[in-house]
Amino acid sequence: MAETNSQLAAIQGKLGSKVIETLQPQGDDVLILDRSGLRESFRILKEDPGLDFAFLSDITAVDYWQKKEARFEVVYQILSLAKRRRLRIRVPVPENDPAVESLTPLWHGANFMEREVWDLFGIRFIDHPDLRRILLYDEFKGYPLRKDYPVNLVQPRVPERPVDGTFVDERSRNKLLRLKKSLGSKI
Amino acid sequence: MKAETKELPAEIMELQMGPSHPATHGTIKFNLKLDGEKVLECDVEVGFLHRGFDKSCEQATWTQVIPYTDRLNYASSLINNVGYALAVEKLIGAETPLRCQYIRVIVSELARIYDHLTCCGMASSELGAITAGFYMIEARELITRIIENLTGARLTVTYVRIGGLKHDLPHDFGESVARAFKTIRRLLDDCDRLLSRNRIFLDRLSNVGVISQETALSYCLTGPILRATGVDYDVRKAFPYLVYDQVDFEVPVGSRGDNYDRFLCRIREIEQSMKIVDQALANLPVGPVWIEDPRFVLPEKEKVYGSIEGLMHHFKIIMEGIHVPAGETYFAVEGGNGELGFYIVSDGGGRPYRIRVRPPCFIAMGAFHEMIKGYMVADIVPTFGMVNMIGGECDR
Repeated sequence: MAETNSQLAAIQGKLGSKVIETLQPQGDDVLILDRSGLRESFRILKEDPGLDFAFLSDITAVDYWQKKEARFEVVYQILSLAKRRRLRIRVPVPENDPAVESLTPLWHGANFMEREVWDLFGIRFIDHPDLRRILLYDEFKGYPLRKDYPVNLVQPRVPERPVDGTFVDERSRNKLLRLKKSLGSKI
Repeated sequence: MKAETKELPAEIMELQMGPSHPATHGTIKFNLKLDGEKVLECDVEVGFLHRGFDKSCEQATWTQVIPYTDRLNYASSLINNVGYALAVEKLIGAETPLRCQYIRVIVSELARIYDHLTCCGMASSELGAITAGFYMIEARELITRIIENLTGARLTVTYVRIGGLKHDLPHDFGESVARAFKTIRRLLDDCDRLLSRNRIFLDRLSNVGVISQETALSYCLTGPILRATGVDYDVRKAFPYLVYDQVDFEVPVGSRGDNYDRFLCRIREIEQSMKIVDQALANLPVGPVWIEDPRFVLPEKEKVYGSIEGLMHHFKIIMEGIHVPAGETYFAVEGGNGELGFYIVSDGGGRPYRIRVRPPCFIAMGAFHEMIKGYMVADIVPTFGMVNMIGGECDR
Protein backbone atom coordinates (compact mmCIF):
# COMPACT_ATOMS: atom_id res chain seq x y z
CA MET A 1 0.00 0.00 0.00
CA ALA A 2 2.76 2.41 0.96
CA GLU A 3 4.43 1.86 -2.39
CA THR A 4 1.16 2.54 -4.22
CA ASN A 5 0.70 5.77 -2.34
CA SER A 6 4.16 6.91 -3.33
CA GLN A 7 3.26 6.10 -6.94
CA LEU A 8 0.18 8.30 -6.79
CA ALA A 9 2.17 11.00 -5.00
CA ALA A 10 4.77 10.92 -7.79
CA ILE A 11 2.06 11.39 -10.41
CA GLN A 12 0.57 14.22 -8.42
CA GLY A 13 3.98 15.85 -8.23
CA LYS A 14 4.38 15.69 -12.02
CA LEU A 15 0.90 16.90 -12.90
CA GLY A 16 0.58 19.51 -10.17
CA SER A 17 -2.66 21.42 -9.98
CA LYS A 18 -4.35 19.35 -12.72
CA VAL A 19 -5.02 16.61 -10.17
CA ILE A 20 -8.32 17.23 -8.40
CA GLU A 21 -8.25 14.12 -6.26
CA THR A 22 -6.52 10.76 -5.87
CA LEU A 23 -8.46 7.68 -4.79
CA GLN A 24 -7.73 4.02 -4.16
CA PRO A 25 -10.93 2.00 -4.31
CA GLN A 26 -10.40 -1.80 -4.19
CA GLY A 27 -6.66 -1.31 -4.55
CA ASP A 28 -6.94 0.45 -7.94
CA ASP A 29 -5.13 3.71 -8.56
CA VAL A 30 -7.62 6.38 -9.57
CA LEU A 31 -6.87 9.95 -10.52
CA ILE A 32 -9.47 12.65 -11.04
CA LEU A 33 -8.06 15.15 -13.51
CA ASP A 34 -9.12 18.59 -14.64
CA ARG A 35 -10.16 18.67 -18.28
CA SER A 36 -8.17 21.80 -19.13
CA GLY A 37 -4.89 20.80 -20.74
CA LEU A 38 -5.93 17.15 -20.65
CA ARG A 39 -3.80 16.10 -23.61
CA GLU A 40 -0.72 17.64 -22.01
CA SER A 41 -1.41 15.73 -18.80
CA PHE A 42 -1.67 12.49 -20.77
CA ARG A 43 1.50 13.35 -22.66
CA ILE A 44 3.34 13.61 -19.34
CA LEU A 45 1.84 10.33 -18.13
CA LYS A 46 2.80 8.62 -21.39
CA GLU A 47 6.25 10.03 -22.02
CA ASP A 48 7.73 10.73 -18.60
CA PRO A 49 10.21 7.87 -18.02
CA GLY A 50 9.35 7.72 -14.32
CA LEU A 51 5.64 7.20 -15.04
CA ASP A 52 5.68 5.40 -18.40
CA PHE A 53 1.95 4.81 -18.85
CA ALA A 54 2.47 4.15 -22.54
CA PHE A 55 -0.52 1.92 -23.26
CA LEU A 56 -4.07 3.19 -23.53
CA SER A 57 -6.45 0.43 -22.65
CA ASP A 58 -9.90 1.95 -22.77
CA ILE A 59 -11.92 5.15 -23.00
CA THR A 60 -15.51 5.31 -21.86
CA ALA A 61 -17.91 7.64 -20.07
CA VAL A 62 -20.50 7.54 -17.31
CA ASP A 63 -23.58 9.75 -17.06
CA TYR A 64 -24.19 10.82 -13.44
CA TRP A 65 -27.41 12.61 -14.26
CA GLN A 66 -28.81 14.41 -11.20
CA LYS A 67 -26.22 12.67 -9.07
CA LYS A 68 -23.10 14.74 -9.48
CA GLU A 69 -22.40 18.40 -10.12
CA ALA A 70 -20.56 17.71 -13.36
CA ARG A 71 -22.95 15.44 -15.22
CA PHE A 72 -20.52 13.32 -17.23
CA GLU A 73 -17.30 11.63 -16.43
CA VAL A 74 -14.95 10.42 -19.14
CA VAL A 75 -12.99 7.43 -17.86
CA TYR A 76 -9.60 6.38 -19.22
CA GLN A 77 -7.79 3.15 -18.38
CA ILE A 78 -4.08 3.38 -19.04
CA LEU A 79 -1.31 1.00 -18.13
CA SER A 80 2.43 0.65 -18.06
CA LEU A 81 3.50 -2.53 -19.85
CA ALA A 82 7.02 -2.37 -18.42
CA LYS A 83 6.00 -1.80 -14.80
CA ARG A 84 2.78 -3.83 -14.96
CA ARG A 85 0.72 -1.09 -13.36
CA ARG A 86 -2.75 0.14 -14.17
CA LEU A 87 -4.09 3.65 -13.66
CA ARG A 88 -7.63 4.89 -14.07
CA ILE A 89 -8.27 8.52 -14.89
CA ARG A 90 -11.64 10.17 -14.47
CA VAL A 91 -12.34 13.54 -16.01
CA PRO A 92 -15.52 15.40 -14.94
CA VAL A 93 -17.31 17.07 -17.86
CA PRO A 94 -20.20 19.53 -17.30
CA GLU A 95 -23.50 19.18 -19.12
CA ASN A 96 -23.55 22.66 -20.71
CA ASP A 97 -20.29 22.13 -22.58
CA PRO A 98 -19.70 18.39 -23.03
CA ALA A 99 -16.28 18.41 -24.64
CA VAL A 100 -12.78 17.18 -23.82
CA GLU A 101 -9.54 17.21 -25.79
CA SER A 102 -9.02 14.24 -28.06
CA LEU A 103 -6.16 11.84 -27.38
CA THR A 104 -5.80 10.76 -31.02
CA PRO A 105 -2.46 12.61 -31.41
CA LEU A 106 -1.04 10.42 -28.63
CA TRP A 107 -2.71 7.09 -29.45
CA HIS A 108 -4.25 6.20 -32.82
CA GLY A 109 -6.46 3.68 -31.04
CA ALA A 110 -8.30 6.50 -29.27
CA ASN A 111 -10.04 7.23 -32.58
CA PHE A 112 -12.62 4.42 -32.41
CA MET A 113 -13.13 4.64 -28.65
CA GLU A 114 -13.77 8.39 -28.72
CA ARG A 115 -16.14 7.98 -31.64
CA GLU A 116 -18.08 5.49 -29.57
CA VAL A 117 -18.31 7.87 -26.60
CA TRP A 118 -19.48 10.64 -28.94
CA ASP A 119 -22.01 8.28 -30.50
CA LEU A 120 -23.56 7.03 -27.27
CA PHE A 121 -23.06 9.97 -24.86
CA GLY A 122 -22.74 13.02 -27.10
CA ILE A 123 -19.46 14.14 -25.57
CA ARG A 124 -17.40 15.98 -28.19
CA PHE A 125 -13.67 15.38 -28.56
CA ILE A 126 -11.83 18.52 -29.63
CA ASP A 127 -9.40 18.03 -32.55
CA HIS A 128 -10.66 14.53 -33.29
CA PRO A 129 -9.96 13.88 -36.99
CA ASP A 130 -13.16 12.04 -37.81
CA LEU A 131 -15.92 12.45 -35.21
CA ARG A 132 -18.79 10.48 -36.76
CA ARG A 133 -21.29 8.09 -35.25
CA ILE A 134 -19.88 4.59 -35.17
CA LEU A 135 -22.27 2.01 -33.72
CA LEU A 136 -25.48 3.86 -34.63
CA TYR A 137 -26.51 5.37 -37.94
CA ASP A 138 -26.14 9.03 -38.90
CA GLU A 139 -29.87 9.79 -38.71
CA PHE A 140 -30.19 8.57 -35.12
CA LYS A 141 -31.52 11.31 -32.83
CA GLY A 142 -30.20 11.66 -29.30
CA TYR A 143 -27.56 9.81 -27.31
CA PRO A 144 -28.86 6.49 -25.98
CA LEU A 145 -26.55 5.94 -23.03
CA ARG A 146 -27.54 9.21 -21.38
CA LYS A 147 -29.72 8.46 -18.39
CA ASP A 148 -32.52 10.75 -19.65
CA TYR A 149 -32.83 8.76 -22.88
CA PRO A 150 -35.87 6.47 -22.38
CA VAL A 151 -35.04 2.83 -22.88
CA ASN A 152 -38.16 2.12 -24.97
CA LEU A 153 -37.98 5.19 -27.22
CA VAL A 154 -38.68 4.36 -30.86
CA GLN A 155 -36.62 6.20 -33.44
CA PRO A 156 -38.30 7.57 -36.58
CA ARG A 157 -37.87 5.58 -39.76
CA VAL A 158 -35.07 6.70 -42.02
CA PRO A 159 -36.45 7.80 -45.41
CA GLU A 160 -35.19 5.86 -48.39
CA ARG A 161 -32.63 7.57 -50.56
CA PRO A 162 -33.99 8.67 -53.95
CA VAL A 163 -32.28 6.61 -56.64
CA ASP A 164 -32.38 7.77 -60.25
CA GLY A 165 -32.08 5.65 -63.32
CA THR A 166 -32.22 2.26 -61.69
CA PHE A 167 -33.81 -0.66 -63.40
CA VAL A 168 -37.52 -1.02 -62.66
CA ASP A 169 -39.29 -4.21 -63.53
CA GLU A 170 -42.50 -3.09 -65.25
CA ARG A 171 -44.24 -6.41 -64.71
CA SER A 172 -43.83 -6.40 -60.99
CA ARG A 173 -44.74 -2.73 -60.86
CA ASN A 174 -47.94 -3.36 -62.79
CA LYS A 175 -48.70 -6.27 -60.51
CA LEU A 176 -48.23 -4.00 -57.53
CA LEU A 177 -50.51 -1.35 -59.04
CA ARG A 178 -53.19 -3.97 -59.74
CA LEU A 179 -52.90 -5.22 -56.21
CA LYS A 180 -53.26 -1.73 -54.82
CA LYS A 181 -56.27 -1.11 -57.03
CA SER A 182 -58.01 -4.28 -55.95
CA LEU A 183 -57.31 -3.54 -52.30
CA GLY A 184 -58.26 0.11 -52.68
CA SER A 185 -61.88 -0.41 -51.77
CA LYS A 186 -60.99 -2.39 -48.67
CA ILE A 187 -58.34 -0.10 -47.18
CA MET B 1 2.21 -5.42 -86.50
CA LYS B 2 3.73 -3.53 -83.65
CA ALA B 3 2.06 -4.00 -80.33
CA GLU B 4 0.49 -0.85 -79.11
CA THR B 5 1.01 0.02 -75.49
CA LYS B 6 -2.09 1.33 -73.94
CA GLU B 7 -2.20 3.07 -70.61
CA LEU B 8 -4.69 1.56 -68.24
CA PRO B 9 -7.10 4.08 -66.80
CA ALA B 10 -5.62 5.08 -63.44
CA GLU B 11 -8.88 6.07 -61.90
CA ILE B 12 -9.44 5.39 -58.25
CA MET B 13 -12.30 2.97 -57.80
CA GLU B 14 -14.60 2.96 -54.81
CA LEU B 15 -15.83 -0.42 -53.71
CA GLN B 16 -18.15 -1.32 -50.89
CA MET B 17 -17.49 -4.72 -49.40
CA GLY B 18 -20.21 -5.96 -47.09
CA PRO B 19 -22.17 -5.65 -44.85
CA SER B 20 -23.18 -9.14 -45.88
CA HIS B 21 -20.31 -10.77 -47.68
CA PRO B 22 -19.69 -14.53 -47.86
CA ALA B 23 -16.01 -14.18 -46.96
CA THR B 24 -16.47 -11.91 -43.98
CA HIS B 25 -18.07 -14.09 -41.33
CA GLY B 26 -19.65 -11.22 -39.48
CA THR B 27 -21.72 -8.25 -40.47
CA ILE B 28 -19.29 -5.50 -41.27
CA LYS B 29 -18.74 -3.10 -44.14
CA PHE B 30 -15.50 -1.98 -45.73
CA ASN B 31 -15.63 1.17 -47.85
CA LEU B 32 -12.57 0.69 -50.02
CA LYS B 33 -10.69 3.03 -52.32
CA LEU B 34 -8.78 0.97 -54.83
CA ASP B 35 -6.04 1.60 -57.33
CA GLY B 36 -6.49 -1.46 -59.51
CA GLU B 37 -6.43 -4.22 -56.92
CA LYS B 38 -4.38 -2.29 -54.40
CA VAL B 39 -6.16 -0.96 -51.33
CA LEU B 40 -5.45 2.74 -50.87
CA GLU B 41 -7.94 3.47 -48.14
CA CYS B 42 -10.27 1.36 -46.08
CA ASP B 43 -13.00 2.84 -43.94
CA VAL B 44 -14.44 0.23 -41.60
CA GLU B 45 -18.11 0.54 -40.73
CA VAL B 46 -19.19 -1.41 -37.67
CA GLY B 47 -22.36 -1.44 -35.62
CA PHE B 48 -24.67 -3.62 -37.71
CA LEU B 49 -25.18 -5.93 -34.74
CA HIS B 50 -25.57 -3.17 -32.15
CA ARG B 51 -28.35 -4.08 -29.76
CA GLY B 52 -27.63 -1.82 -26.80
CA PHE B 53 -25.77 -4.15 -24.46
CA ASP B 54 -24.87 -1.30 -22.08
CA LYS B 55 -28.39 0.10 -21.92
CA SER B 56 -29.95 -3.36 -21.49
CA CYS B 57 -27.61 -4.11 -18.59
CA GLU B 58 -28.79 -0.98 -16.78
CA GLN B 59 -32.34 -2.40 -16.80
CA ALA B 60 -31.40 -5.84 -15.48
CA THR B 61 -30.28 -7.06 -12.06
CA TRP B 62 -26.61 -7.88 -11.58
CA THR B 63 -27.32 -11.59 -12.04
CA GLN B 64 -29.47 -11.07 -15.12
CA VAL B 65 -26.51 -9.49 -16.89
CA ILE B 66 -24.70 -12.85 -17.08
CA PRO B 67 -26.78 -14.16 -20.02
CA TYR B 68 -26.11 -10.87 -21.84
CA THR B 69 -22.38 -11.38 -21.45
CA ASP B 70 -22.74 -14.78 -23.17
CA ARG B 71 -23.79 -12.95 -26.27
CA LEU B 72 -20.74 -10.70 -26.48
CA ASN B 73 -18.05 -12.92 -27.90
CA TYR B 74 -20.16 -16.01 -28.37
CA ALA B 75 -17.14 -18.07 -29.38
CA SER B 76 -15.78 -17.77 -25.84
CA SER B 77 -18.82 -17.01 -23.74
CA LEU B 78 -17.32 -18.71 -20.68
CA ILE B 79 -14.50 -16.17 -20.55
CA ASN B 80 -17.04 -13.34 -20.66
CA ASN B 81 -18.96 -14.94 -17.78
CA VAL B 82 -15.76 -15.29 -15.75
CA GLY B 83 -14.62 -11.73 -16.49
CA TYR B 84 -17.94 -10.20 -15.51
CA ALA B 85 -18.24 -12.28 -12.34
CA LEU B 86 -14.70 -11.36 -11.30
CA ALA B 87 -15.38 -7.65 -11.86
CA VAL B 88 -18.50 -7.73 -9.68
CA GLU B 89 -16.73 -9.82 -7.04
CA LYS B 90 -13.94 -7.25 -6.98
CA LEU B 91 -16.47 -4.53 -6.19
CA ILE B 92 -18.10 -6.73 -3.52
CA GLY B 93 -14.71 -7.65 -2.11
CA ALA B 94 -15.40 -11.38 -2.20
CA GLU B 95 -12.98 -14.12 -3.10
CA THR B 96 -14.36 -17.43 -4.30
CA PRO B 97 -13.12 -20.78 -2.92
CA LEU B 98 -10.06 -22.36 -4.49
CA ARG B 99 -11.99 -25.11 -6.25
CA CYS B 100 -14.21 -22.52 -7.92
CA GLN B 101 -11.12 -20.60 -9.10
CA TYR B 102 -9.60 -23.75 -10.59
CA ILE B 103 -12.83 -24.61 -12.40
CA ARG B 104 -13.04 -21.06 -13.74
CA VAL B 105 -9.51 -21.41 -15.11
CA ILE B 106 -10.42 -24.73 -16.73
CA VAL B 107 -13.56 -23.39 -18.40
CA SER B 108 -11.78 -20.20 -19.51
CA GLU B 109 -9.10 -22.22 -21.23
CA LEU B 110 -11.65 -24.53 -22.87
CA ALA B 111 -13.39 -21.43 -24.21
CA ARG B 112 -10.07 -20.06 -25.44
CA ILE B 113 -9.37 -23.28 -27.33
CA TYR B 114 -12.85 -23.03 -28.85
CA ASP B 115 -12.25 -19.41 -29.85
CA HIS B 116 -8.87 -20.05 -31.47
CA LEU B 117 -10.11 -23.16 -33.28
CA THR B 118 -13.04 -21.16 -34.67
CA CYS B 119 -10.76 -18.38 -35.83
CA CYS B 120 -8.08 -20.59 -37.39
CA GLY B 121 -10.55 -23.07 -38.85
CA MET B 122 -12.68 -20.41 -40.49
CA ALA B 123 -9.67 -18.49 -41.75
CA SER B 124 -8.07 -21.56 -43.31
CA SER B 125 -11.27 -22.75 -44.97
CA GLU B 126 -11.78 -19.26 -46.44
CA LEU B 127 -8.36 -19.62 -48.04
CA GLY B 128 -9.34 -22.90 -49.64
CA ALA B 129 -7.94 -25.23 -46.99
CA ILE B 130 -11.35 -26.78 -46.42
CA THR B 131 -9.90 -30.04 -45.09
CA ALA B 132 -7.90 -28.34 -42.36
CA GLY B 133 -10.90 -26.15 -41.63
CA PHE B 134 -13.11 -29.18 -41.09
CA TYR B 135 -10.49 -30.87 -38.92
CA MET B 136 -10.47 -27.83 -36.67
CA ILE B 137 -14.25 -27.68 -36.59
CA GLU B 138 -14.21 -31.35 -35.60
CA ALA B 139 -11.81 -30.52 -32.77
CA ARG B 140 -14.06 -27.63 -31.79
CA GLU B 141 -17.04 -29.93 -31.70
CA LEU B 142 -15.28 -32.05 -29.06
CA ILE B 143 -14.86 -28.95 -26.88
CA THR B 144 -18.50 -28.03 -27.50
CA ARG B 145 -19.60 -31.45 -26.26
CA ILE B 146 -17.58 -31.06 -23.06
CA ILE B 147 -19.12 -27.62 -22.53
CA GLU B 148 -22.59 -29.00 -23.25
CA ASN B 149 -22.07 -31.84 -20.82
CA LEU B 150 -20.93 -29.33 -18.20
CA THR B 151 -23.37 -26.48 -18.65
CA GLY B 152 -26.30 -27.87 -20.62
CA ALA B 153 -25.81 -25.41 -23.49
CA ARG B 154 -23.50 -25.41 -26.45
CA LEU B 155 -22.95 -21.73 -27.05
CA THR B 156 -24.65 -19.35 -24.62
CA VAL B 157 -23.73 -21.15 -21.46
CA THR B 158 -24.46 -18.84 -18.47
CA TYR B 159 -22.37 -21.12 -16.27
CA VAL B 160 -20.59 -18.72 -13.93
CA ARG B 161 -22.47 -16.91 -11.17
CA ILE B 162 -21.49 -13.97 -9.02
CA GLY B 163 -19.80 -15.66 -6.09
CA GLY B 164 -19.59 -19.12 -7.57
CA LEU B 165 -20.70 -21.43 -10.34
CA LYS B 166 -24.01 -22.84 -11.48
CA HIS B 167 -22.89 -26.26 -10.26
CA ASP B 168 -19.80 -28.35 -9.79
CA LEU B 169 -18.10 -30.39 -12.51
CA PRO B 170 -19.81 -33.64 -13.60
CA HIS B 171 -18.16 -36.80 -12.25
CA ASP B 172 -16.71 -37.90 -15.61
CA PHE B 173 -15.36 -34.48 -16.56
CA GLY B 174 -11.66 -35.34 -16.19
CA GLU B 175 -11.85 -38.45 -18.35
CA SER B 176 -13.91 -36.80 -21.07
CA VAL B 177 -11.46 -33.88 -21.26
CA ALA B 178 -8.49 -36.26 -21.42
CA ARG B 179 -10.17 -38.24 -24.21
CA ALA B 180 -11.07 -35.11 -26.17
CA PHE B 181 -7.59 -33.61 -25.80
CA LYS B 182 -6.03 -36.79 -27.17
CA THR B 183 -8.11 -36.45 -30.33
CA ILE B 184 -7.59 -32.69 -30.55
CA ARG B 185 -3.82 -33.11 -30.36
CA ARG B 186 -3.97 -35.64 -33.18
CA LEU B 187 -6.19 -33.33 -35.27
CA LEU B 188 -3.90 -30.37 -34.67
CA ASP B 189 -0.93 -32.48 -35.76
CA ASP B 190 -2.80 -33.25 -38.96
CA CYS B 191 -3.58 -29.56 -39.47
CA ASP B 192 0.04 -28.71 -38.86
CA ARG B 193 1.10 -31.15 -41.58
CA LEU B 194 -1.56 -29.78 -43.92
CA LEU B 195 -0.93 -26.09 -43.37
CA SER B 196 2.34 -25.06 -41.78
CA ARG B 197 4.51 -25.72 -44.84
CA ASN B 198 1.75 -25.47 -47.41
CA ARG B 199 2.87 -23.19 -50.25
CA ILE B 200 -0.54 -21.64 -50.94
CA PHE B 201 -1.33 -21.10 -47.29
CA LEU B 202 2.07 -19.50 -46.60
CA ASP B 203 1.84 -17.24 -49.64
CA ARG B 204 -1.55 -15.99 -48.60
CA LEU B 205 -0.62 -15.36 -44.97
CA SER B 206 3.04 -14.51 -44.53
CA ASN B 207 4.00 -10.86 -45.00
CA VAL B 208 0.36 -9.92 -45.37
CA GLY B 209 -1.39 -7.54 -43.00
CA VAL B 210 1.92 -6.60 -41.40
CA ILE B 211 1.78 -4.16 -38.52
CA SER B 212 4.82 -2.92 -36.63
CA GLN B 213 5.20 -3.10 -32.88
CA GLU B 214 4.95 0.68 -32.40
CA THR B 215 1.83 0.89 -34.57
CA ALA B 216 0.22 -2.03 -32.75
CA LEU B 217 0.84 -0.36 -29.39
CA SER B 218 -0.39 2.99 -30.66
CA TYR B 219 -3.60 1.35 -31.86
CA CYS B 220 -4.12 -0.18 -28.38
CA LEU B 221 -4.15 -3.71 -29.82
CA THR B 222 -4.01 -6.68 -27.47
CA GLY B 223 -4.16 -10.44 -27.73
CA PRO B 224 -2.67 -12.51 -30.56
CA ILE B 225 -2.39 -9.49 -32.88
CA LEU B 226 -0.15 -7.64 -30.43
CA ARG B 227 1.77 -10.77 -29.45
CA ALA B 228 2.46 -11.54 -33.12
CA THR B 229 4.49 -8.32 -33.21
CA GLY B 230 6.67 -9.52 -30.34
CA VAL B 231 5.12 -7.84 -27.28
CA ASP B 232 4.51 -10.48 -24.61
CA TYR B 233 1.51 -8.72 -23.05
CA ASP B 234 -0.92 -11.29 -21.76
CA VAL B 235 -3.26 -10.31 -18.92
CA ARG B 236 -2.89 -13.79 -17.42
CA LYS B 237 0.86 -13.15 -16.92
CA ALA B 238 0.94 -9.37 -16.47
CA PHE B 239 -1.90 -9.10 -13.95
CA PRO B 240 -2.49 -12.70 -12.78
CA TYR B 241 -6.04 -13.41 -11.69
CA LEU B 242 -7.65 -16.62 -10.37
CA VAL B 243 -4.88 -19.22 -10.09
CA TYR B 244 -2.97 -18.39 -13.26
CA ASP B 245 0.13 -17.64 -11.18
CA GLN B 246 0.11 -21.25 -9.93
CA VAL B 247 0.04 -22.97 -13.32
CA ASP B 248 2.99 -23.27 -15.64
CA PHE B 249 2.47 -21.97 -19.17
CA GLU B 250 4.18 -19.85 -21.77
CA VAL B 251 3.00 -16.87 -23.77
CA PRO B 252 3.82 -17.52 -27.44
CA VAL B 253 5.03 -14.42 -29.28
CA GLY B 254 5.76 -13.81 -32.94
CA SER B 255 8.23 -11.45 -34.52
CA ARG B 256 6.98 -10.13 -37.86
CA GLY B 257 3.46 -9.08 -36.97
CA ASP B 258 1.93 -10.61 -40.09
CA ASN B 259 -1.02 -12.92 -40.49
CA TYR B 260 1.10 -16.06 -40.37
CA ASP B 261 2.52 -15.08 -36.97
CA ARG B 262 -0.99 -14.40 -35.72
CA PHE B 263 -2.04 -17.84 -36.92
CA LEU B 264 0.93 -19.51 -35.21
CA CYS B 265 0.35 -17.56 -31.98
CA ARG B 266 -3.20 -18.85 -31.85
CA ILE B 267 -2.24 -22.45 -32.62
CA ARG B 268 0.50 -22.41 -29.96
CA GLU B 269 -1.91 -20.87 -27.47
CA ILE B 270 -4.24 -23.81 -28.01
CA GLU B 271 -1.40 -26.11 -26.95
CA GLN B 272 -0.65 -23.94 -23.90
CA SER B 273 -4.33 -23.87 -22.95
CA MET B 274 -4.50 -27.66 -23.06
CA LYS B 275 -1.42 -27.72 -20.84
CA ILE B 276 -3.13 -25.38 -18.35
CA VAL B 277 -6.30 -27.50 -18.29
CA ASP B 278 -4.27 -30.67 -17.69
CA GLN B 279 -2.43 -29.07 -14.77
CA ALA B 280 -5.57 -27.55 -13.27
CA LEU B 281 -7.41 -30.88 -13.45
CA ALA B 282 -4.47 -32.64 -11.82
CA ASN B 283 -4.33 -30.12 -8.95
CA LEU B 284 -8.08 -29.60 -8.59
CA PRO B 285 -8.77 -29.24 -4.85
CA VAL B 286 -11.94 -30.51 -3.20
CA GLY B 287 -14.32 -28.17 -1.48
CA PRO B 288 -17.26 -25.87 -2.14
CA VAL B 289 -17.65 -23.81 -5.32
CA TRP B 290 -19.66 -21.01 -3.71
CA ILE B 291 -18.71 -18.22 -1.36
CA GLU B 292 -20.46 -18.39 2.01
CA ASP B 293 -22.33 -15.11 2.04
CA PRO B 294 -26.13 -15.19 2.13
CA ARG B 295 -26.30 -11.66 0.70
CA PHE B 296 -25.09 -12.85 -2.69
CA VAL B 297 -25.85 -16.55 -2.83
CA LEU B 298 -29.26 -18.09 -3.43
CA PRO B 299 -30.31 -20.42 -0.57
CA GLU B 300 -30.61 -24.15 -1.15
CA LYS B 301 -33.96 -25.32 -2.49
CA GLU B 302 -34.70 -27.26 0.70
CA LYS B 303 -34.55 -24.04 2.69
CA VAL B 304 -36.63 -22.15 0.11
CA TYR B 305 -39.47 -24.67 0.29
CA GLY B 306 -39.01 -25.59 3.94
CA SER B 307 -38.65 -22.29 5.80
CA ILE B 308 -40.08 -18.80 5.58
CA GLU B 309 -36.64 -17.18 5.95
CA GLY B 310 -35.31 -19.17 3.02
CA LEU B 311 -38.29 -18.24 0.87
CA MET B 312 -38.01 -14.52 1.68
CA HIS B 313 -34.30 -14.61 1.08
CA HIS B 314 -34.78 -16.28 -2.29
CA PHE B 315 -37.51 -13.80 -3.23
CA LYS B 316 -35.40 -10.76 -2.31
CA ILE B 317 -32.42 -11.92 -4.38
CA ILE B 318 -34.54 -12.76 -7.40
CA MET B 319 -36.79 -9.68 -7.35
CA GLU B 320 -34.43 -6.96 -6.12
CA GLY B 321 -31.15 -8.45 -7.15
CA ILE B 322 -28.05 -8.68 -5.05
CA HIS B 323 -26.90 -5.37 -3.60
CA VAL B 324 -23.46 -4.50 -4.82
CA PRO B 325 -21.83 -1.75 -2.74
CA ALA B 326 -21.61 1.66 -4.41
CA GLY B 327 -18.38 2.29 -6.26
CA GLU B 328 -16.64 1.71 -9.55
CA THR B 329 -14.02 -0.74 -10.66
CA TYR B 330 -12.26 -2.15 -13.70
CA PHE B 331 -11.28 -5.74 -14.12
CA ALA B 332 -9.65 -7.27 -17.16
CA VAL B 333 -9.21 -10.89 -18.18
CA GLU B 334 -7.46 -12.32 -21.21
CA GLY B 335 -10.18 -13.09 -23.72
CA GLY B 336 -9.73 -15.06 -26.92
CA ASN B 337 -8.90 -11.89 -28.84
CA GLY B 338 -7.17 -9.84 -26.18
CA GLU B 339 -7.81 -7.84 -23.06
CA LEU B 340 -11.49 -8.17 -22.17
CA GLY B 341 -12.17 -5.55 -19.54
CA PHE B 342 -15.27 -4.79 -17.53
CA TYR B 343 -15.70 -1.29 -16.10
CA ILE B 344 -18.65 -1.40 -13.72
CA VAL B 345 -20.28 1.35 -11.70
CA SER B 346 -22.74 0.62 -8.91
CA ASP B 347 -24.92 3.05 -7.03
CA GLY B 348 -25.57 0.51 -4.29
CA GLY B 349 -28.82 -0.78 -5.76
CA GLY B 350 -29.80 -4.12 -7.18
CA ARG B 351 -29.15 -3.02 -10.76
CA PRO B 352 -25.89 -1.91 -12.39
CA TYR B 353 -25.54 1.83 -12.90
CA ARG B 354 -23.17 1.39 -15.82
CA ILE B 355 -21.41 -1.58 -17.39
CA ARG B 356 -18.81 -1.00 -20.02
CA VAL B 357 -17.03 -3.79 -21.84
CA ARG B 358 -13.66 -3.17 -23.37
CA PRO B 359 -14.16 -5.16 -26.55
CA PRO B 360 -10.82 -6.36 -27.94
CA CYS B 361 -12.04 -6.92 -31.49
CA PHE B 362 -13.77 -3.52 -31.75
CA ILE B 363 -10.43 -1.91 -31.00
CA ALA B 364 -8.69 -4.27 -33.44
CA MET B 365 -11.13 -3.20 -36.15
CA GLY B 366 -9.99 0.37 -35.46
CA ALA B 367 -6.55 -0.64 -36.69
CA PHE B 368 -7.79 -2.68 -39.64
CA HIS B 369 -7.23 0.05 -42.24
CA GLU B 370 -3.61 0.22 -41.11
CA MET B 371 -3.16 -3.55 -41.53
CA ILE B 372 -4.63 -3.67 -45.03
CA LYS B 373 -3.30 -0.44 -46.53
CA GLY B 374 -1.16 -1.19 -49.59
CA TYR B 375 -2.22 -4.83 -49.91
CA MET B 376 -4.57 -6.47 -52.40
CA VAL B 377 -8.34 -6.76 -52.11
CA ALA B 378 -7.95 -10.54 -51.73
CA ASP B 379 -5.75 -9.99 -48.66
CA ILE B 380 -8.69 -8.51 -46.78
CA VAL B 381 -10.14 -12.00 -46.28
CA PRO B 382 -7.19 -13.62 -44.42
CA THR B 383 -6.42 -10.42 -42.49
CA PHE B 384 -10.01 -10.04 -41.39
CA GLY B 385 -10.09 -13.75 -40.56
CA MET B 386 -7.07 -13.42 -38.29
CA VAL B 387 -8.54 -10.43 -36.44
CA ASN B 388 -11.42 -12.77 -35.54
CA MET B 389 -14.03 -10.05 -35.33
CA ILE B 390 -17.08 -11.37 -33.51
CA GLY B 391 -20.09 -9.15 -34.20
CA GLY B 392 -21.65 -9.67 -30.80
CA GLU B 393 -18.64 -8.25 -29.04
CA CYS B 394 -17.58 -5.66 -31.61
CA ASP B 395 -21.00 -4.01 -31.88
CA ARG B 396 -22.51 -4.95 -28.49
